[in-house]
Amino acid sequence: MPAIDTGSTAWMLVSAAMVLFMTPGLALFYAGMVRSKNVLSSTMHSLFAMGLVSVIWAVIGYTLAFGPDTGGVVGGLKFFGLDGVLGSVTGIGTSAIPTSVFAMYQGMFAIITVGLITGAVAERMKFKAYVIFAALWALLVYSPLAHWVWGGGWLAQLGALDFAGGTVVHIASAAAALAAAIVLGKRKGYGTEEMRPHNIPMSVLGAGILWFGWFGFNAGSALGSGQLAGSAFMATNLSAAAGMLMWSLAEVLTGHKPTVLGAASGAVAGLVGITPAAGFVGPMPALAIGAITGLACYFGLRLKSRFKFDDALDVVGVHGVGGTTGAILTGVFASVAVNSAGANGLLFGGGLALLGKQLVGVGATIAFSFTVSFIILKLLDATMGIRVDAETESNGLDVAEHAETGYEF
Amino acid sequence: MKKIEAVIKPHKLDEVKEALHALGVTGMTAYDVKGFGRQKGHTEVYRGNEYTIDFVPKTKIELVVSDEMASKVEQAIVDAARTDKIGDGKVFTFDCVGAVRIRTGERGDDAL
Repeated sequence: MPAIDTGSTAWMLVSAAMVLFMTPGLALFYAGMVRSKNVLSSTMHSLFAMGLVSVIWAVIGYTLAFGPDTGGVVGGLKFFGLDGVLGSVTGIGTSAIPTSVFAMYQGMFAIITVGLITGAVAERMKFKAYVIFAALWALLVYSPLAHWVWGGGWLAQLGALDFAGGTVVHIASAAAALAAAIVLGKRKGYGTEEMRPHNIPMSVLGAGILWFGWFGFNAGSALGSGQLAGSAFMATNLSAAAGMLMWSLAEVLTGHKPTVLGAASGAVAGLVGITPAAGFVGPMPALAIGAITGLACYFGLRLKSRFKFDDALDVVGVHGVGGTTGAILTGVFASVAVNSAGANGLLFGGGLALLGKQLVGVGATIAFSFTVSFIILKLLDATMGIRVDAETESNGLDVAEHAETGYEF
Repeated sequence: MKKIEAVIKPHKLDEVKEALHALGVTGMTAYDVKGFGRQKGHTEVYRGNEYTIDFVPKTKIELVVSDEMASKVEQAIVDAARTDKIGDGKVFTFDCVGAVRIRTGERGDDAL
């Protein structure tokens, strides 16, 4: 059996744990932004994904994503139930790690991607419908997409670059979120009733955990410990920082106070933007990516009022716009000097070639995720109904859906 | 007996309490409320959405005193709670037809 590199294995074990930690971080981030009567419903979306998607991933998700390629589209069933995973090795040389670690690491990505979607369905989706949707989505959208981009599928063969999941995670979840917002419809009272975040400190704590975990998400995507992990780590932090600064600046320059929620959102936007680029760009381009993405998302929030859909927690505005911006900027700033396995972007002598491939990746992801999500949701809505009744929505979902109250004063 | 209810600015609670203590008032109840009178609300912004908040946080205090004490108590609250800025609040006085101390069963002024 080929030897594993213990340094890389240790790093990947930690990275996997860090990425998982992002899901409770997301739970806090989102829950703080809904009204208190729905705090548990929101939290449960992320929490339950940790259980549901972990199991689905182990049984069939992993193999569909990373099994031997079939037609560039899906991975087949060779590793059904994680068969053959224990004891085998993935990667070579200093990046040789146990396949079990690789499989677990990837599974944590699936979990949080599902969680991200739930921002759009907050405060009005039936929990039962969410669970079924989440399971089907992980299987029918996430696994194939992961295969296309990372599992040797057609986007990987095309040469589109996505280091840690700008398409697979952020654009995919945003497209699904858009479909969900459309099928669910707007919350009662949207536009007239006050729907303020009920606990901003909670959201900031969540954002902080996301920032921390993102080092596992991006630097861990080097799939080993070394120079590449280091440059990805650096790019990640710089983009988060630039995103935050730019968002706060944008608030002030448009005549508002610099808000706490805005600063946190700016950091998240920067992190989303650098996700596809983290292992392909240098530090100064990372700053640029963070700043540009922060600005793009600041204005991206306006999409929902412009196009009149209730994306309650701005999944489209932050993850959709951010992921797309990041994917495009990867085509601008990527450099083989940073990562020889990458390619050169527009500003590094690569011309428009990479940029074109990035656009294909973005387009394919949006089309695939939106379409399949829309179909699943329409079917669920026709059979079991996906929206709670009006009275439940008014009184809050926590008591009706979970028989619990978030706070007892 | 008279029941006195006052809506005051939250940061004035301690001063009002001290003023009533000095008068010999032995008990009161306080709770957080929100309200508005002529004081305008304010605007809050969350992710670019502006919200006009009409209700302002206030504190409500309630106490029951003997008829003789009522007007002194009312004045003490007014003096302690005033900031001369809009939103200082109001004091209301009602007739109270019954009072009982739960532990001892004392009634009327003896319960106060």
